Amino acid sequence: MHEMALCEGVLQALEEQAKIQHFARVHVVWLEIGVLASVEPEALRFNFDVVTQGTLAEGSRLEIVTVSAQAWCLPCGEKVSIRQYFDACPQCGSHQLQVVEGAELRIQQLEVE
Amino acid sequence: MMCTTCGCGGGEMKIEGLDHHNHPHDPHEDNGQHRHGNESRAAHVHAPGMDGRRMVRIEQDILAKNQRHADTNRRYLAERGVFALNLVSSPGSGKTTLLVRTVEALQHRLPVAVIEGDQQTGRDAERIRATGVDALQINTGKGCHLDAHMVGHALEQLQPVAEGVLFIENVGNLVCPAAFDLGEAHKVVVLSVTEGEDKPLKYPDMFHAADLLLLNKIDLLPYLEFDVDVCIDYARRINPKLAVLQVSATRGDGMAAWLAWIEGGAEQARSARERALRARKTTLEQELAALRSRLGEAH
Repeated sequence: MHEMALCEGVLQALEEQAKIQHFARVHVVWLEIGVLASVEPEALRFNFDVVTQGTLAEGSRLEIVTVSAQAWCLPCGEKVSIRQYFDACPQCGSHQLQVVEGAELRIQQLEVE
Repeated sequence: MMCTTCGCGGGEMKIEGLDHHNHPHDPHEDNGQHRHGNESRAAHVHAPGMDGRRMVRIEQDILAKNQRHADTNRRYLAERGVFALNLVSSPGSGKTTLLVRTVEALQHRLPVAVIEGDQQTGRDAERIRATGVDALQINTGKGCHLDAHMVGHALEQLQPVAEGVLFIENVGNLVCPAAFDLGEAHKVVVLSVTEGEDKPLKYPDMFHAADLLLLNKIDLLPYLEFDVDVCIDYARRINPKLAVLQVSATRGDGMAAWLAWIEGGAEQARSARERALRARKTTLEQELAALRSRLGEAH
């Protein structure tokens, strides 16, 4: 639902960076999106095309790098892989998990000119 | 008309009392002039004139701007010792009724202020104001959540009383508000027993982001097939640290525990402010003493 707001955030970062790093066009945008970030990649792509129309990033390609989720299991005392917030530890079945990776919403890099 | 502080204008977002400026959420007109500050640009500048395409590494959070506004709001609230709660739920959980009952009980013990978020109408703020408590409505237009920028402007307008409680009732939506920090001390998720007990599993982000779950409308349990223990177990699978209180806003069950929880938080905000003020006083006294001795003044 809030993919539109996220795309506006991306565009704003691009416009800020264009001033700082002196570029006029953006061709490719790489985003890191964690699987727990509650973002639908397809909705993000759709909104990105809409939001970037008539801007320095019009027609640019969106590359989404998916970041898998990792949690610290308190009983096991080690990092384990999960897919969702309510997953149990795949080793011991505990829910005493602290998510350490997978909520990312980051702009990683750009191809510009 | 443009907002004079941040230059934002256009769009459908409206904050009550700021209607003339038809305040939007348009990040492109910010001009770096915003009151919320800390918008400083990176200092390094690359030489222009390079040919062709190149790669630029950014490593920047998409929600960084919201986070900057949230940090500013949090600082503003801490300086005033205001305990702020962000109430989130799906539409129809009884959030506004719960809030009305809460502020009725609380307003004679603590200063209370409310920010109401809805897509349209000022009905909820009117319901709160009928209790005698200050309330400000934000209409998000098409927006599905409140963001920290809107709340920052609402704080300017509302000016919550120091050492009180601020309730921010978010847009009824169990999805998007989870992602937006507003500067609150805690997100409080309200779930009513007329909803499915598996809602925590269906909408895990919100239950992960919240610190307290208020299970509302428990007076209706005799008429429903809602398993409270199962619901709480689901919620704690997502968030093992989640506190849970069972309440009925209409009948009053559990309200004393909820009010005590709020007053405990408000007391912490108050004492944190006092500690900060004392620390500042000590620093200023030391600076003054240093200046006096440099000037050769006697005390």
